[in-house]
Amino acid sequence: MAMAVDERERELRVIEVRESVFASNDRAADELRAANREDGLFLLNLMSSPGSGKTTLLTRVIERLQPETTIGVMEADIDSDVDARAIDEVGAVAVQLHTGGMCHLDAGMTRRGLEELRAAAEDAGLSLDLAVLENVGNLVCPAEFDTGATKNVAILSVPEGDDKPLKYPLMFQVVDAVVVNKMDVAPYFDFSLEQAEKNVHLRHPGIPLFPVCAKTGDGVDAFCDWLRDQMKLDA
Amino acid sequence: MHELGVVFYIIDAVTETAEANGVGHVDRVSLEVGEATGIVPDLFQEAWRWAADRTDLLRGAALSSVSVPAMNRCRACGLEYPAFPAGPTCPSCGSGDTVLAAGDDVTIVSIEVT
Repeated sequence: MAMAVDERERELRVIEVRESVFASNDRAADELRAANREDGLFLLNLMSSPGSGKTTLLTRVIERLQPETTIGVMEADIDSDVDARAIDEVGAVAVQLHTGGMCHLDAGMTRRGLEELRAAAEDAGLSLDLAVLENVGNLVCPAEFDTGATKNVAILSVPEGDDKPLKYPLMFQVVDAVVVNKMDVAPYFDFSLEQAEKNVHLRHPGIPLFPVCAKTGDGVDAFCDWLRDQMKLDA
Repeated sequence: MHELGVVFYIIDAVTETAEANGVGHVDRVSLEVGEATGIVPDLFQEAWRWAADRTDLLRGAALSSVSVPAMNRCRACGLEYPAFPAGPTCPSCGSGDTVLAAGDDVTIVSIEVT
């Protein structure tokens, strides 16, 4: 009995909140998108599994776009700076973002990374046209958090299998294009480009797929043409 | 790791509400968790305990959640149906033009404070 009285005396109060956990990130992402547009900066968010070739693809893209476009890259990793050094070698501005154990980047972290990248570019006397966010290698969490990117692209590499869009539906639903990498090893795997396209389009009808081999550069031109068009459309 | 990111958002949002209402301590946070969020309940509780106990406002606070079923809506015939196990193909008209209409979010419903 005494317990019950104590419970009543605690003056428990319930406050209604009714807020979506993702709502505040979505707002921050929209603000970042609007600010970048104003500044004429195109932000590309590149997502994929670990080891699918994000950094290799990026170096090929940078080689092709660099003459006309000033490019900066934010490398997001839980730890290490091996990717940032690889990008630095092809002559683009790179900063390494450590997520401190988190498996994704959100809009706030992206905004802060972008400030760092801009400062690094200014130090080199450059003004950025294109910033690329190389997200943490993971097909689940990065899809859930809008980073504020102008466009989102996923890489699907041949050894992962053509069924990945079925297993990780949200990733393929949120992206604007899919790069199919490591096409050179396709004969050794049970990978059908046609099936991959079908599976991607089940999640997101009509988006383009670009079969490439980032190692040799085969097919990368078509992806760069698409990227140039997207940048023009956003300008 | 994914769960921890969501937990950080909850702590931020709850802290904001608590400050606006002059609340000193939160005893319980009640959520609705969508079936298609990929949140694993055990990991979620573990991440919550770890992060909440590092704050004065939420030390010892309970996290309770109600699951919200994932629902797809067919854009061709308008049917709403459970997303699992039917998947993206509409069980009524067979169209693949379906969207996830519910169950992809985490909502903070209320907080209990003393």
